[in-house]
Amino acid sequence: MSVRARNPVLGVLKYAAVAFYVVFALFPLYWLVKIAVTPERLIYSEGTRMWPSAATWDNFAAVLSSDFMLFFRNSVIVSLSTAVATALVAAAAGYCFSRFAFRGKRWVMALLLLTQMFPLLMIIAPIYRIVAALGLLNTLTSLIVVYTAFNVAFATFLMQSFFDGIPKDLEEAAMIDGCTRLQALRKVILPLTLPGLGATLGFVFTAAWSEILFALMLIRADDRMTFPVGLLSFVSKFSVDWGQMMAAGVLALIPSCLFFAFIQRYLVQGLTSGAVKG
Amino acid sequence: MTANHEIPAPGAIRGRLSGGYARMVAEPWLYLLPALLLVGLVILVPLAIGIGYSFREFTLLRPGAAEWVGFENYRDIWGDAKFWRTLKNTFVWTGVSLFFQFFLGLGLALLLNNGFRGRRVVQAVVFLPWAVPTFLIGLNFQWLFNPIIGPLPHWMYALGMIEEPYNILGNPDTALYGPVLANVWYGVPFFAITLLAALSSIPGELYEAAEIDGASPWQAFVKITLPFLGPMIAITVMLRAIWIANFADLIYVMTGGGPANSTQILSSYIFTTAFRQLDFGHASAIAVALLILLMIYSAILLTIRSRLVKT
Amino acid sequence: MADMTFRDVGKSFGRTEVLRDVNLDVADGEFVVLVGPSGCGKSTLLRMIAGLEPISTGEFRIGGQLMNDVRPRDRDIAMVFQSYALYPHMSVERNMGFPMEIAKAPKAEREGPVRGAAETLGLTKLLDRLPRALSGGQRQRVAMGRAIVRDPVAFLFDEPLSNLDAALRVEMRLEIARLRKRLGTTTVYVTHDQVEAMTMADRIVVMEGGLIQQVGTPMELYDRPANAFVAGFIGSPKMNLLDGTPAEGGLRIGSAVWPAPPGTTTLGIRPEHLSLEPTGLPPLEAELTVIERLGSDTNLFCEVPGIGTVLARVPGNVDLSAGAPLSLSPRPDRLHPFDAQGVRTGG
Ligand SMILES: Nc1ncnc2c1ncn2[C@@H]1O[C@H](COP(=O)(O)OP(=O)(O)OP(=O)(O)O)[C@@H](O)[C@H]1O
Ligand SMILES: [Mg+2]
Repeated sequence: MSVRARNPVLGVLKYAAVAFYVVFALFPLYWLVKIAVTPERLIYSEGTRMWPSAATWDNFAAVLSSDFMLFFRNSVIVSLSTAVATALVAAAAGYCFSRFAFRGKRWVMALLLLTQMFPLLMIIAPIYRIVAALGLLNTLTSLIVVYTAFNVAFATFLMQSFFDGIPKDLEEAAMIDGCTRLQALRKVILPLTLPGLGATLGFVFTAAWSEILFALMLIRADDRMTFPVGLLSFVSKFSVDWGQMMAAGVLALIPSCLFFAFIQRYLVQGLTSGAVKG
Repeated sequence: MTANHEIPAPGAIRGRLSGGYARMVAEPWLYLLPALLLVGLVILVPLAIGIGYSFREFTLLRPGAAEWVGFENYRDIWGDAKFWRTLKNTFVWTGVSLFFQFFLGLGLALLLNNGFRGRRVVQAVVFLPWAVPTFLIGLNFQWLFNPIIGPLPHWMYALGMIEEPYNILGNPDTALYGPVLANVWYGVPFFAITLLAALSSIPGELYEAAEIDGASPWQAFVKITLPFLGPMIAITVMLRAIWIANFADLIYVMTGGGPANSTQILSSYIFTTAFRQLDFGHASAIAVALLILLMIYSAILLTIRSRLVKT
Repeated sequence: MADMTFRDVGKSFGRTEVLRDVNLDVADGEFVVLVGPSGCGKSTLLRMIAGLEPISTGEFRIGGQLMNDVRPRDRDIAMVFQSYALYPHMSVERNMGFPMEIAKAPKAEREGPVRGAAETLGLTKLLDRLPRALSGGQRQRVAMGRAIVRDPVAFLFDEPLSNLDAALRVEMRLEIARLRKRLGTTTVYVTHDQVEAMTMADRIVVMEGGLIQQVGTPMELYDRPANAFVAGFIGSPKMNLLDGTPAEGGLRIGSAVWPAPPGTTTLGIRPEHLSLEPTGLPPLEAELTVIERLGSDTNLFCEVPGIGTVLARVPGNVDLSAGAPLSLSPRPDRLHPFDAQGVRTGG
């Protein structure tokens, strides 16, 4: 599905652009890795070298033998649960916006938009109090619920735009073929929305993965900390151990990368082609 | 069904008003219920309480002693020169970041949609920045901008952008562009992903038809791609601008708002006020001001969008 | 029994009324074709039968049972959409078996009907394909296959052939005619195409502006259109509608006076019922302006002073050229009289 570049100059330009994007995306990450493998004594003296004269895995080993695996596990649980819960809630709401006309629709949409508009600081204290009152402080559940609530708005709009792209005829046909609306949704519409669902899952997962403010506020117990909070402890507890911190950061990228690799397939499939006659 | 379910005209037979009608009215709300419950309880109720704080004298150290002060916090903002400076920074920060994120993201999405050898790998790589925790990004760019341990100042010096390799984060005139660069790096994949997903749902036949009609690639882009992307662009640009305006992590980590408040934006200023000066009431008032600004911005954008849809 | 009855059915979208006073009976096994200009409400009526649009006023019954509040899935009706609406992520086989899959028929049980339908429609070799790998005609057949697999009480078709080329359309028309002879299922069929309507219908329903204009067999509509709209809509080429002035013994049209009941202001005459030979009625004097030779017939476009263009269609080839003076005589029993409102006069 592309307008093919026939001009050889365009072809070269294209690969130049690709190279630009790759370098732009990778260089800062490369620097992260570089610091992570630099022995502590060389961090400053060889600060601007592209690669340290001696590389070491010590930082990674230190991180892996620390509490980090626990933080990791917590983060995976929180992020995955948030992603799935958000996708479910947002799929229902997005479908509703896409397929129904009803009184009050614009107001509901405006309300959802409102949830994205204010600085989080405004509600940190109230949320803290509510969570405390419910006895949910120091639980991963509290994080999952809060993250889901904050991600629902964007995920809903995203899902809505994907539902909008699917012809209404399809679910009408399904309903005539004997489906309830829910069956039509599950058997016909959702499979076609997989790219959208994948994108939604990816966004929510990464957002939850790197969230730090609520994680700091709502979790105090060491064994429930999520990963970004754990990273921060390198700064506060000891004097800053840059090498270990960066090593931990590199490790933290791995689940996100895996997750992205997993959903990528769905991002690029144009499944809807062939639904209606061309 | 998008049909408008009005109450049947007087001539309607009575059966119509029974289960069927009630079902039709209730059905959309059933789909919305989980979202509304969640958002209402977790966000809107606390938000109302939070707005209440902006009318109080309220410090974190003595949360019990919150005293009602009416609009005093708002009057304080009005006379707070730092607030106005910060407001200007917020516009620069949001505008410049959004501009580069959007256009670089659009370019990337088009490139990836176009297909080339190794696209899968490239796609995985260029999406990575979005997966990095933001405060780690802040730390990392802080390193990159430091002339002792980072290469960027030396490169900029070599390119003649600065007269000696110094840390631009330490110069009030340039410091804001440090976090902006980090933000652009972080945000490009967002637009790339959303736009790529939208692009992949454009039926290929449309391009084939355009090609047969003799449209140049540029014409195909303007006549087919852009109109198809339009709704997605509108919503993502709007949301992203709001997020960027509220996004304090990078600035907080990289410069802490300094030097001399030159990089303070409203949302980071709110944090500083709340946690360094421990003045929650004042911070909440600034937050409400930012909220109102963003509401005005969204209202304008939504109005423009609905105008566009009508014509 | 799958007879359908509409009693005073109406439909409004918000304030706009798109269907009014629909009263119609469709007998069990009947093939009814809805025709009418674009936007007249054909699709809407079809969607109301399917249950996809709620009925605003009136009653609609299938087999005597009130359907107003029955959900689409409970009506046991099959529909072929203009867009075909094939499920893009399912193979042809699964598309066709989908209604049975939803009805929880085990896979083994589905196979028979699907294979049978595929056989009938010549889709056997394509069963594993996805819809995007099919041609337009093949997609159309899959859509039909999905409809016939589960033996519904009625078929609904919304312009199913309008996206096919002329040859394929003829082929599919015959296919549908064969199917319907074999299955004998009640069918409501929407089309723009004259020929489809005339050749396939037991009865035709002509609609305009949300109102049913006339219901009848093709020949009834052709022979006795109830009003000028139906007269102009049914038949190809279109009927000539000639305005005249009342005169002794009928209506004066140009140089001729033709018999007409009192109150008549317009006389209709189909092109094929104008003759170059005398018919007993006084001829119209005209001048030939354009001649179209179709082989089997010849279209003569003539200019009649004070009337405008009149089309006559004569069998075979005629040796005439533009500019020739002609005398056009109407077949006496083929004149259609209408009053100023366009309603047929003289009972
Ligand atoms: N959801 C809707 N909301 C408002 N008006 C509608 C809606 N659907 C259809 N209409 C209007 O109802 C009228 C009848 O539409 P319908 O689709 O039934 O026409 P049609 O006879 O099938 O036309 P065509 O031959 O072009 O398919 C049209 O004027 C149309 O604009
Ligand atoms: Mg129609």
